Formats: sequence, structure tokens, C-alpha cells
Amino acid sequence: MNLNLEKTNGCTVLFIKEERIDAHNSDELKETILRLIEQGEINIIVQLEQVRFIDSSGLGALLSGHKNAAAKSGKLAIANLQQQVLSMFELTRLNRIFEIYADLNEAFDNET
Amino acid sequence: MCNSVIQVEVIIPTQTKYLDLIGSIGEHIAKELDDYSGDREALAYHLNLVLTEATVNAIKHANFDDPKDTVRITIQIQENELNIKVYDHGQGFDLESVPLPDFEHPKEGGMGIFFIRTLMDSVTYTRQGDCNVLEIIKYLS
Repeated sequence: MNLNLEKTNGCTVLFIKEERIDAHNSDELKETILRLIEQGEINIIVQLEQVRFIDSSGLGALLSGHKNAAAKSGKLAIANLQQQVLSMFELTRLNRIFEIYADLNEAFDNET
Repeated sequence: MCNSVIQVEVIIPTQTKYLDLIGSIGEHIAKELDDYSGDREALAYHLNLVLTEATVNAIKHANFDDPKDTVRITIQIQENELNIKVYDHGQGFDLESVPLPDFEHPKEGGMGIFFIRTLMDSVTYTRQGDCNVLEIIKYLS
């Protein structure tokens, strides 16, 4: 999976550089997030601007990260969702679990 | 509305790297439908998602004793009915026993069948000969 990491304003921003998160690459996403949390990076923003498709395993990978960050008193938020991707969060009510931001500026305003 | 018949059959190895291919076929079909009056972008995403979830399901339930095992997927559109069938050669599972997700305490797994049930009009899973068939129907009118 192509992704970039940036540390900004005390947060770790994970830029997903894929159009698609599905059962083929979601394990890798889950492991990447878990490794960050184990390394103490417990405030994570996942930037999904390039992602135009996510399936149930992709949502599961993000949910795993959210739970693991929360278990260490951290937080995993998401930003820059495309409309169809956002609709998957709404359908599964995961929009009530995650902090979802329109963009990184809004995320930094609220998370830092 | 749409009198033309589309029929697609794809057979893939039981590997997740083919999910993009299968999902993309559904997305393209949605975009090419004649006279579809609904939200075409949403239908394209939903067909991509449903085909992806159904194929993952078949891969998960595949016969892992056979490295040459395959998943067969057929998509047919006829008279406003879109019919998807996904065939696996595994042990099968009880579709009726798959619970709704717990929205208050969401878990990582178990949302795939929920998506298929929610976004499509009919879902059945039956044994046919040496295969299991997940049959999904969506009415396009």
C-alpha cells in the first residue's frame, strides 16, 4: 500500500495514496496503524483524499486503529473523505464513532 | 426501460488481488446502463462494493485444500433486473445466521453481508451441485 507519513502539530498524518482500500490491502493499513500506535504515535489523522473506494475490511482496519489509539488515550480521526466513501461511514453509523473532518486544517483546529 | 441484455462471466483464482477487477466491472456496468434514472454514481459504487464483498466472502469460504480453486462470478441484466451470482467450492455458511452489525459497539468484521443486504433487493445462499451460490438481485427501475 502506498502511503506517506507526516508529523504536524503533534499529530501523525497518514496520507493514503491509493484509490481503493479493500481486503487486498486493508491488513497492511491495519498493521501500519498498529505499528504507529505501538511506537507511541497515538494521535493519528488518516487523510483519505485519494481514496474513492473503501469496503468493509477497510472500515474495519480504521476501526481497529481507532480502538487501539483510544486504548492508549490517543485518537484516530479521519479527514478529506470523498462523498461515496463518507456514505459508507454513514451507512454503518461509523460517522458517530470517528471524528470526521473536511480537511486537515479543520482536523488540526480540533485535535491540537 | 432497458431492453438490452448484458451478461458477464468471470472466473478468478481465490486471491484478493482480483477484487479490483471484479468491482470495476460492476462500476463500469452501472455507468453504461441505458435509461437508468437513479443516482448512477451511487449505483456504480454500490455494485463495486457488493461484488467486492461477495467475492471476498467466496474467497474466504473457498476450498483451501485445492490451490487451483476458483471463484466464478456472473452478472446478468435483463428487463430491469440485475442478477449477480458468486459461486464458491467451500463448506458454505448459514446466511440467515449472520447477525446485523452492533452499531453501538461496532466490530471490525461482519459488515460485508450487511452491505449486500442493505444495498441490494434480495440475497440468497444455496447449495447447487458441488458449489455454493450467493445470488444477489437488484431491481433497476
